[in-house]
Amino acid sequence: MSAATREAYGKALVELGEKNKNVVVLDADLSKSTKTAEFQKAYPDRFFNIGISEQDMMGTAAGLATCGKIPFASSFAIFATGRAYEQIRNSIGYPKLNVKIAATHAGITVGEDGATHQSIEDISLMRGIPNMVVINPSDAEETRQAILAAAEHYGPVYIRLGRMAVPDIHDKNYKFELGKGEIIREGKDIAIIATGIMVSIALEAADKLKEEGINATVVNMHTIKPIDRELIVKVAKQTGKVVTAEEHSIIGGLGSAVCEVLSEEYPVRVKRIGINDTFGQSGTPKELLKYYNLTFQNIVDVVKSFD
Amino acid sequence: MNKYELMKIAREIRINVINMIAEASHGHPGGSLSCTDILTVLYFDKMNIRPDNPKWEDRDRFVLSKGHAAPALYATLAKRGYFSEKALLSLDKFGSILQEHPDMKSTPGLDMTTGSLGQGLSAACGMALAGKLDKKDYRVYVILGDGEVQEGQIWEAAMTAAHYKLDNLTAILDFNGLQIDGRNEEVKSIQPIDEKFKAFGWHVIKIDGHDFDQIKRAIEEAESTKGKPTIIIAKTIKGKGVSFMENQVGWHGTAPNEEQRQKAVEELERSEA
Repeated sequence: MSAATREAYGKALVELGEKNKNVVVLDADLSKSTKTAEFQKAYPDRFFNIGISEQDMMGTAAGLATCGKIPFASSFAIFATGRAYEQIRNSIGYPKLNVKIAATHAGITVGEDGATHQSIEDISLMRGIPNMVVINPSDAEETRQAILAAAEHYGPVYIRLGRMAVPDIHDKNYKFELGKGEIIREGKDIAIIATGIMVSIALEAADKLKEEGINATVVNMHTIKPIDRELIVKVAKQTGKVVTAEEHSIIGGLGSAVCEVLSEEYPVRVKRIGINDTFGQSGTPKELLKYYNLTFQNIVDVVKSFD
Repeated sequence: MNKYELMKIAREIRINVINMIAEASHGHPGGSLSCTDILTVLYFDKMNIRPDNPKWEDRDRFVLSKGHAAPALYATLAKRGYFSEKALLSLDKFGSILQEHPDMKSTPGLDMTTGSLGQGLSAACGMALAGKLDKKDYRVYVILGDGEVQEGQIWEAAMTAAHYKLDNLTAILDFNGLQIDGRNEEVKSIQPIDEKFKAFGWHVIKIDGHDFDQIKRAIEEAESTKGKPTIIIAKTIKGKGVSFMENQVGWHGTAPNEEQRQKAVEELERSEA
């Protein structure tokens, strides 16, 4: 089974809206794509389309939050975090308002829309803001639980979601814990720390490596801030070699966060897989993942490239 | 409260503004003095608030979108009893509850954090939407700067307010005509500002922003206007009340020295207004 995390977001919002009457949802004319339209259908009074004005949407969300509402503000990741960066910083992050920014269409797997619509800097932008929590779920069930957890957490949260369908890794028995990474596979030879859509790709890589006699640990680092320092150090100690994998620039995202922790606490070799300081382009998600070296084979090759 | 009582309070607020900024050697006297009379009417005559319970959920809300006029707001809040007037002299000092620009986490009575221009009107829209959603009858007030309306976000928010028929929202434009680099007219004209807001679906009222009766009446007219938000375009004088600061662009963000402070305070103490 597979589903896009944005699909799971739409459903989770409806579930959350039933449980918590303070939840309100804002969108900037992309509700059919971000799936907030599901919430609008269920609770029209608590849905506000702010039109194509992301900066105003973030400020409006901030104002709603001062009155006890729990606003989820959605757009594509590039517009939510890029266009409205300073509004998020000054009107949401600084006053620590209870706004959830759930942005879809992150990364290059937006596909055909091309570079202008492919956000590869959003994790970097959001994790630099004090008070901000950053979550990048790997599949539908994790998205569902992350959305519920974000609503429970008091303060600003950024949730990074994708357009493309991704395989289901988790079932209903999974327990998402904010700020705690998940070890999905254990192996002593190398640790692959992945986030978002790269988690299922890392698992494929681990299967392939196993065939070749290399046993990899795979960590699902769904929360990028606050990062699970303890877990990163633990797997580095166990394996001595770390690879990070993210559908984001290698500058400022998961790879950077992992290097920050390890360089301070337990220096080991780290190789970062991600968008290598370049813009995307139009194409199918599959073509783009291949071109930008984000396939399981790329992970296998990088793992084998360690001395 | 009658006009003469309000005038007396406004004069005391202005004196505090001068003393605070002089003590801090930093701050924005011009734009603080231009919106003092408006703040006085709001906090001492019109707004439904409880200074002993600043987070009372049915209170009227206020957003100082032109956050650099914080000294005037702080002096108003202190005079109204949200915190001690003694705290005013701690403006900008390390560890103070009074940051240079309003921080709702630091100062009792602040409903929103502002300082980066253009953002307060959106927040006020959010507060007004929440009021409608919860069927509460509180009102939301926001003071905008004239230079500030050059920010695009103001017009995004202006559309939102009209679209959602936020008649519980009143914006007041502190139209003193000056911004950091000079007159609005020289830097980038905002005119015709009344026609712009009308075209955006707002009810527009033009007043003298230093005439207490006009300020009161305009706020009452806004309250009785249904189906659309209201903007009060208040013609004001930057640096109002201190002769050598009035209409001088140089006093946008300059603190008075001791000699200037004394002169300003003496003038204000002598003045009838």
